[in-house]
Amino acid sequence: MSYSDWLIQLAQTALVLGVAPLLSGVTRKIRARLLRRQGASVLQPYHDLLKLIRKEAVVAENASWLFRAAPYLIFATTWVAAALVPTFASGLPLGAVADIIVIVALLGTARFLLALAGLDVGTSFGGLGSSREMLFASLAEPAMLMAVFTLSLFAGSTQLSSISAYMLGPGAGINISLALALVALIIVSIGENARIPVDNPATHLELTMVHEAMILEYSGRHLAVLEAAAAVKLLLYLSLIACVFTPWGTAVAGAGVLAYAVGLLAWAMKLALLAFLLVLFETAIAKMRVFRVPEFLGIALMLGLLGTILLFVSRVSR
Amino acid sequence: MSQLAASGVGLLLALSVLGIFAARRTPGTRLIYAACAAVCAGLAGVALLRLLAPAGGLESVEIPIGLPLGRTFLGLDPLSAAFALIVNLAAAIVSGYAIGYGVHAREPQRVVPFYPAFIAGMNLVLLAQDAFSFLVGWELMSLASWALVLSEHRSPENRHAALVYLIMASGGALTLLLAFGLLAGPEGGYSFEAIRRVSASGVGPIVLLLALLGAGSKAGLVPLHAWLPLAHPAAPSHVSALMSGVMTKVAVYGFVRLVFDLAGPPAWWWSVPVLVIAAVTALLGVLYALMEHDLKRLLAYHTVENIGIIFIGLGLALAFEASGLRAAAALAFAAAIFHVFNHSLFKSLLFMGSGAVLNATGERDMERLGGLIKAMPATAVAFLVGCIAISALPPFNGFVSEWLTFQAILLSPQLPQWVPRLLVPAVGATLACSAALAAACFVKAFGMTFLGRPRTQAASSAAETDRCSQIAMLSLALLCLLAGILPGFVIDSLGAVTQMAVGARLAPQSGQAWLRIVPIDIHRSAYSGLLVFVMILLAAAATAFAVRRVASHALRRSAAWDCGFPDASPATQYTAGSFAQPIRRVFGSVVFRAREQLTMPRPGDTAVARLQVELRDTVWDALYTPIIRFVAATAERLNRMQFLTIRNYLTLVFAALVALLIIVGTWR
Repeated sequence: MSYSDWLIQLAQTALVLGVAPLLSGVTRKIRARLLRRQGASVLQPYHDLLKLIRKEAVVAENASWLFRAAPYLIFATTWVAAALVPTFASGLPLGAVADIIVIVALLGTARFLLALAGLDVGTSFGGLGSSREMLFASLAEPAMLMAVFTLSLFAGSTQLSSISAYMLGPGAGINISLALALVALIIVSIGENARIPVDNPATHLELTMVHEAMILEYSGRHLAVLEAAAAVKLLLYLSLIACVFTPWGTAVAGAGVLAYAVGLLAWAMKLALLAFLLVLFETAIAKMRVFRVPEFLGIALMLGLLGTILLFVSRVSR
Repeated sequence: MSQLAASGVGLLLALSVLGIFAARRTPGTRLIYAACAAVCAGLAGVALLRLLAPAGGLESVEIPIGLPLGRTFLGLDPLSAAFALIVNLAAAIVSGYAIGYGVHAREPQRVVPFYPAFIAGMNLVLLAQDAFSFLVGWELMSLASWALVLSEHRSPENRHAALVYLIMASGGALTLLLAFGLLAGPEGGYSFEAIRRVSASGVGPIVLLLALLGAGSKAGLVPLHAWLPLAHPAAPSHVSALMSGVMTKVAVYGFVRLVFDLAGPPAWWWSVPVLVIAAVTALLGVLYALMEHDLKRLLAYHTVENIGIIFIGLGLALAFEASGLRAAAALAFAAAIFHVFNHSLFKSLLFMGSGAVLNATGERDMERLGGLIKAMPATAVAFLVGCIAISALPPFNGFVSEWLTFQAILLSPQLPQWVPRLLVPAVGATLACSAALAAACFVKAFGMTFLGRPRTQAASSAAETDRCSQIAMLSLALLCLLAGILPGFVIDSLGAVTQMAVGARLAPQSGQAWLRIVPIDIHRSAYSGLLVFVMILLAAAATAFAVRRVASHALRRSAAWDCGFPDASPATQYTAGSFAQPIRRVFGSVVFRAREQLTMPRPGDTAVARLQVELRDTVWDALYTPIIRFVAATAERLNRMQFLTIRNYLTLVFAALVALLIIVGTWR
């Protein structure tokens, strides 16, 4: 581990934070164009965050310390999880201390705190959101872990860098388990990021809402931090899919400046493509009823399990 | 060292006798609990020293009492020492809690004398190096805890719980007796040393079955868990903490001792029933817990889930060991014992927290609590840590053992047999599912109890618990964090145990960079809880600092927004029932045959709207109800024999004699 590796790690950590609002700006812009609207500038999320931060925070009278501390902790855990996903370069120092199961679990910690924050004020909307979020998570999290297991069994490792390297190598090819894992991971990403058809990130007053209901009582700087955390989470999922299923172009730690530049460009293009596909899917489909969502996520769980079982019976892993 | 440990048990028994007299006054009660804490701390220290000592022979103490022609052996081998450390560490802290909490007992004479005896019984089980003292300890533990369950005997619920517990405990002890009888063989060598030497062939599968029944019923494996959610909450909370957090671990020890140590080399198919039962236990346990609104019963049901997780690790270890995959077996076994340790910490912590809540409000029903985070800040922090830890979330300890279990699951394609290879992914999915549901369960437990607005007068007038209880809870919370960020030390100290149980140990972890743990290979997987924890703290601090620099500092307190329709009544909050409703609809319709019936009056009608929910305990209905019916019907028939004439009795005696003689005659 050289200093340059740590420097790149630090750069990646800062980068995910800086780019996350841009990514949500881009998705909103694409969505608007697909709906034949002009749409706001892709920089609008930065303006929104800045505006929220400068505003006075209004906190409910009976809110406890947990309500005020939770946004920072949620943001921190999400950010740390995002910093563990290789973006433009892989094989970085943090990859050797926390694997993909840790990433899933860190997102779990963030969700746990968010659900508690939703219950803190004691309003019916907050409870509604928390309850539904935990229901969805009880299917989405195992589905994600099953997809992760499939990938780990292929690569013989739970570290993202190793999985990414394996996918580039000659061992990987078109494989049914891999395809099942990809579909499961996409469904989970849609569910976990509160996108249509599971939830609608653009509404506040809809009875089917989940994520927005939990943060309904937040305002000002607290809301800004939570919005940023949601943006980082979307970036995390897209980077994860890009890193595992389209590992081409990603620089390996210790490569030259040119390789990093290529990696950066490749990452940006992958993210743009994935964002486009995500929004295309969103605009083409209608939102589901709440009790259809468990079936949707259950499909992901079953696909993930099927992929893992196929692997278990078809090969002896290393 | 074994002498020290044995004398510790003697001291506890003496305290039990002293307790009879001391319980009359509050200072006496406090003194007994303080003495228990000191003795347990000493025992934990002895066990730790034994565990870290370089491998030495087993020195055992011989006590010249016991079966005719037999003697009693007490000693600490690594397996005993590991469990003795786990049991006594938790028991010491719980006793510290009891110094403050235990004085609230309505009838201390019914609690204080049995409490040290209960701990002594558990220690005797762990120290026993022969079947006789093992069973004596087991029965002492069962009976003392039964007396403690019955300490508030005026409520019919508790009497029912105690009856069910007594029946299950005696059944369990009976199966263990049979298991040891089989193992001892025709010569009747009841010391573990002799059993190991004989290693009677062919009895292994039966011993496994008997261990699953006997130890499993004490631990709470489905379907033998039925007594656990009745009996654990019925006892005073410090005893509940011991029963749920510690006594179930003694049951796990019994299983490990019988199956891994005494029953000889396992066959691969032994793992199949263990894994199936464990997976079902994990999932059903957490679903039961989710449906429960009584805080202590929720925790008791959740113990069932954790026992499932522990047995998943043990089942994997059996499968790996049978196939000669020693390194993988060591990983799975270490994961299981690590979880045993973790669960003893956070379950004790959560039960103590629920005791503090119960004491402050007089309520166990979450539907009648709420908002306690303001009145009881220290309890809330400790309880929150316990909730996050038990939900297997980083950076706390529950995550580490679950992570290790997942790593073991990922090694199982190496298994040569088809059945476990097909089974293990499904077990993995069940484990993942139950972990996610556990998070939902503890969002509910913490959210309904400590967050929101107080739902009753009792909840709004609560006050913080006493200093002793706070220190005990916070120290357990700290241990949960320490075990989570420094797992390498725990794994290293379990090395001797895994060596003894499965014949291999994990590579030493404490020399790793960043204090990370590397179970198999650095290119395969690694986890540094310390670094993750530090990064989260740094990230949170940096964010808070940056936001403070840029942001407006203005903060206004105002009424809740609630989308513009705030409701002043705390009754309109989400309740435990409404929180669990979506999960009940998705999972409960099959598992609990849940039925909902909504009676909604027509608009304008002022009649009351009513939602009726019906849940069935399918395990109880399918297994216990027929047994109870059969026993009742048989008893009814046998009852007639009371009213026979003397001639009939004489005929019966004669017939019995003839039948016995025929049996004896045809036996040879």
